[in-house]
Amino acid sequence: MDGTAVASPGDRGTGAAVRGRSRRPPWQAFLWIAPALAAIGVVYGYSVYRLLIEATHRDGKSVGLGNLRIAIDDPFFRQALGNNLRLLLTLPIIIGIALVVAVLLFEGMRGWRFHRVAVFIPYMLPVTVVGVLFGELLTLHGALNTTLQTLHLNFLVQDWLGNPDWALRSLAGVIIWRELGFGVILFLARLLSLPQNVFDAARVDGAGWFRTHWHVTLPLMRSIIGFYLVIEAITLMSWVFSYVFVMTGGGPGQATQVTETYIYQNAFASDIPWLAAAAATLLLIGVTAVAALFLVVRWGYSRRRAA
Amino acid sequence: MIVERAGRLVRQLVLIAFTLSALLPVYVMLSGSLRTQSDFLNHPLGLPTSPRLNAYHTAINNHFPQWLLNSLILTIASVVITLVFASLAAWGLSRWQFVGRDVLLSLVISLMVIPPVVLVVPLFLLGAELNLIDTRRIVIAIYVGLMMPFSVYMLAAYFRTIPRSLIEAAEIDGATSLQVFLRVVVPLSGAPLITLAVVNALWVWNELLIALVFLQSENSLTLMAGLTGFQSRYNLNIPVVMAGLSIATLPIFALYIFGQRFFMRGLVAGAIKGG
Repeated sequence: MDGTAVASPGDRGTGAAVRGRSRRPPWQAFLWIAPALAAIGVVYGYSVYRLLIEATHRDGKSVGLGNLRIAIDDPFFRQALGNNLRLLLTLPIIIGIALVVAVLLFEGMRGWRFHRVAVFIPYMLPVTVVGVLFGELLTLHGALNTTLQTLHLNFLVQDWLGNPDWALRSLAGVIIWRELGFGVILFLARLLSLPQNVFDAARVDGAGWFRTHWHVTLPLMRSIIGFYLVIEAITLMSWVFSYVFVMTGGGPGQATQVTETYIYQNAFASDIPWLAAAAATLLLIGVTAVAALFLVVRWGYSRRRAA
Repeated sequence: MIVERAGRLVRQLVLIAFTLSALLPVYVMLSGSLRTQSDFLNHPLGLPTSPRLNAYHTAINNHFPQWLLNSLILTIASVVITLVFASLAAWGLSRWQFVGRDVLLSLVISLMVIPPVVLVVPLFLLGAELNLIDTRRIVIAIYVGLMMPFSVYMLAAYFRTIPRSLIEAAEIDGATSLQVFLRVVVPLSGAPLITLAVVNALWVWNELLIALVFLQSENSLTLMAGLTGFQSRYNLNIPVVMAGLSIATLPIFALYIFGQRFFMRGLVAGAIKGG
């Protein structure tokens, strides 16, 4: 049951085939699409509409952009947004490590099959499980500190999640630990799909390991790296709720507060839904802007290539 | 030659170091669940020399079976509904050409970047107005909606690769569009449908935010939502927490082993296409 086996290359595209021929009225198509459209309409359409209403109203009265301004001026919101941006700084680390590991697996290091599975295991674990697990391992008397003491590395002992200076870094470390596996598998798949003779050519020309990969592999991987960069950037901006909620709850103080936990706390703990809605609107604008930027860049890139 | 061999050795060691750092925390979780508290605290990395299942007993005698059941019901219901709706829509979108079809499809795809936390406030207000808080119905409906854009996108992309000669042959034989869908399209789409089911099931099983917000009574929690409270309640009993984590992870591992082929293909195919 191979995903592509049924379609021979010269025989693709019902879409294209039907285009010229079928004159059926679109209402029939609409019947097929309707259930999915209804689900999307309620969960996305209605929600975004209602979100904008809530974000511009307070106590039943319209306040225009007043709520948004209050959210922007809130030091806690700025701190949360700043922490999201700080988490973005882990991107070069994740991508760098993932590239190195993928290349090592690709080169068929001894036991690469085992290593490939092992490296992917963290990504298989649910984020909640990872959070609770590291929450236990990183406490002051947790497994990490006990191990450090056994190794006589007492100067490294740290209240990893309780110290405001360290909490966000520890959190970032855990995120890197889990997200790495996805990058490795993606990059490895791309490496395997490359024409293998380019590596041989580089080797024949006498290029060493580092030069081969810097000058040959990296340029060939540019588009997949770009794709992974965008996916992870969106993850770090707006999909880290489970990590933060489980490990630190945004604390100590506001040290690890991110936009998502800020929205959650205002909506469901502090009971200030209009502020939560305002912050959510700002997040929506931000994410849309990032995605649009990506599309524009890609569009420009593909046009340049076509020209 | 020597330099090359040394370089190879270094690279082998680097790979081993990465593998160890990936596996060690998982090892601590599994071995910690089989040992006593004091044993664990003294030697967190030690082997479970005399494995005990007490921690699993304590965990299971809690709300665990109920939470497990809740997670299963939510996962199966929302994944099945999503698969049905999404394949109908994907077929509708690939079978008929109409004005605005491509716009509609790209609009649906672009919804994928919207994070759930943006939608949770208005959905909660709606749920409260409809008296649906703490019911499975609303959680399933939200999951179905959230999974729909990716599911439609993936299936529509696949359906377009089905050879047109097969469809035309069926139509010449007088098959209606529903018959073509059920007898030709669905049977040809086993692999993508299973891939999609696995990817979606993993997502629902792991989802925390929606479950936390909409399911509030102890008996309606999902496994993931339950675990977050479990942590503080058994904060002092590490083996029980580790046992709970292990139980929550096992179905995932099973699903991965079952769906490995499909999952990897889906993950990679989607990504390569996107790149």
